[in-house]
Amino acid sequence: MRSLSRIAAIFSKELAQLRRDRMTFGMVIMIPLIQLILFGYAINTNIRDIPVAVVDHSQTGLSRTLIQMVEATRVVKVTERLSSVQEAEDAIKSARVRAAFILPDDLAQRIARSPAVGLGTPASTDEETSRPVAQWVVDGSDTMIAGAIKALRSMPLSELFRQPPNRSTPTFEVALFFNPEQRTAINIVPGLVGIILTMTMIMFTSSAIVRESERGNMEMLINTPVRSMELMIGKIIPYIFIGLLQMAIILGLGHVLFNVPFGDRLFDLFIGTLLFIGASLSLGLVLSTIAKNQLQSMQMTVFVLLPSILLSGFMFPYEGMPVIAQYIAEVFPATHYMRMVRGFVLRDATLADLHYDVLWMCGFFVLGLLVAALRFKKRLD
Amino acid sequence: MSAKTPEIVIRAEGLVKKFKDFRAVDGLDLTIERGMIYGFLGPNGCGKTTAMRMLTGLLTPTEGSVEVLGLSVPKDAETLKYKIGYMTQTFSLYGDLTVLENLNFMSKIYGLPGAKRKQRVAEVMDRYSLTDLKDRFAGKMSGGQRQRLALATAVLHEPDLLFLDEPTSAVDPESRRHFWEQLFDLVDGGTSIVVTTHFMDEAERCHKIAILEAGKKRADGSPKDLMKAMGAHVVEIEGPTLRDIRRHLLGMDGIMAAAQLGARLRVLVKDEVPDPVGFLKEKPETNGATLIEQVRPNLEDVFVTATGEGRQ
Repeated sequence: MRSLSRIAAIFSKELAQLRRDRMTFGMVIMIPLIQLILFGYAINTNIRDIPVAVVDHSQTGLSRTLIQMVEATRVVKVTERLSSVQEAEDAIKSARVRAAFILPDDLAQRIARSPAVGLGTPASTDEETSRPVAQWVVDGSDTMIAGAIKALRSMPLSELFRQPPNRSTPTFEVALFFNPEQRTAINIVPGLVGIILTMTMIMFTSSAIVRESERGNMEMLINTPVRSMELMIGKIIPYIFIGLLQMAIILGLGHVLFNVPFGDRLFDLFIGTLLFIGASLSLGLVLSTIAKNQLQSMQMTVFVLLPSILLSGFMFPYEGMPVIAQYIAEVFPATHYMRMVRGFVLRDATLADLHYDVLWMCGFFVLGLLVAALRFKKRLD
Repeated sequence: MSAKTPEIVIRAEGLVKKFKDFRAVDGLDLTIERGMIYGFLGPNGCGKTTAMRMLTGLLTPTEGSVEVLGLSVPKDAETLKYKIGYMTQTFSLYGDLTVLENLNFMSKIYGLPGAKRKQRVAEVMDRYSLTDLKDRFAGKMSGGQRQRLALATAVLHEPDLLFLDEPTSAVDPESRRHFWEQLFDLVDGGTSIVVTTHFMDEAERCHKIAILEAGKKRADGSPKDLMKAMGAHVVEIEGPTLRDIRRHLLGMDGIMAAAQLGARLRVLVKDEVPDPVGFLKEKPETNGATLIEQVRPNLEDVFVTATGEGRQ
């Protein structure tokens, strides 16, 4: 009974302090709002309009048509026309363009022999006939851009001769579930819930205990009968509500602006998010018992935040990482939440489908809270 | 002395606290009886606060044993916390909460039951003139007001024993005098108080004091007894060249200390000198003096003889 009323006392004290800290209160709303709008529009993994230079040695109607065809894919955009390969290399070096399209003077002959035109199939062993039509010189340092241009490698050329476009049967049929239009926002917006919650939840709690020490309140608190577990629980409850509010803002606005579905699993989403908030808050509390001042607690927050963004599968596929990196990623609550939130919102998954992540998150929450409570000593030595 | 032996609220034996190689408290023995104000007097860094923190269980003694209100500390520190109040050296309540919110928060932390809580909060607000300030943010109050709030929260749960760590270092003399009246009211109500201070006038108000220096207890007892048993005569000299006289007297045999107080030089002459006034008058250095007379010792004299340069 005393325990409950003490937790309630700490909760209402935190709430009163939070309410009066206008800046922090504003950030609770503004961080998800601004970042959702920013990233929702900004992050796009479908690469378009890469600036390229063209070096056309052939200067024929055919070469101009070919350039137009390449531009029509919308993958690249011709921003410069240069006369030599050397100039093109310089343009790449100075980052004015990311690639150069080099058309040789024997373009017409090459096209005539190219299988991509679809004028019958020449013998593939004949080296003369299997020469490519033209060359791309690419700034390959960015693998995503290189990949996009490499995808142009076997572009069909039948349109050059006003023939119907590629009628060939693909080797495999690919059915795209959950995001058939391949819109990046569908994947980014739910993931953003995980990133923003990681940031705000850990940030709030990692400074929670430190702040009390810095302002001198701790010396008084440890002289009272309050137990460390009561202090920890009382301190995280207000932020649970804040976390749920932020999730609602991101998914609600994501639905309105980017047409991201809520999915039918609202209950699962609620529980999953609650677990993630709990895990992040308890991690923050642990950091708070390690940090000696608020600057240190901020540094630790960033230390957790970066891998949560880069390794969790938010930006790059989890499966693409080396196995060791995958193990490391498993430690961060954000990795598990990334799977959960995308599962519930996009794939109609249930808590039972993702029981591994659910269990892991529960364990993390309990362990974190325990470690924080044990680490927090009501002593000064 | 009555036949009834006074009840002991604090008993500490051989208390030592080491921070790495530094002995902040070095072999402290204490016996503090119920119903009195006990002062720790000493310069900054003498171990007053460390000693007090060991008594409340905030610090674990490196050596020695502590028993407070019959509880062994730090083992039973958590039980003890319901029975003691603590006022920290710097204001440690929440500046962004109002007076009433601070009091309500602390009353819930101490687990006062609902009806009693309201009554106690109203009581302490009334007693420490905080009722009119109840919606004021604690961070926006004056030193004296903050101190009243700190005392009010420290006694909310009616502790048997109150620890005050340099309680009046941030308040004006008027508030300080008022504060001490309130402490005596508390003692009258049965509370025992332990207070640290480096103000002589404050120490003089204590029932008993312990003079601490470098973690060691140099003397203890009531201020009056300490003055009696000081082991030095106090002589005051008036004259035009006090700075010169002081310089010459210091380091002379039989002289423990000399300090100027306005137009007078206060000289501590060792006990073994039978006639301190005559002793000083004979010295050629005091030729210019217009007046040499023996006066009553005060606590500062006791402090000087017990510590630092005066101690030999």
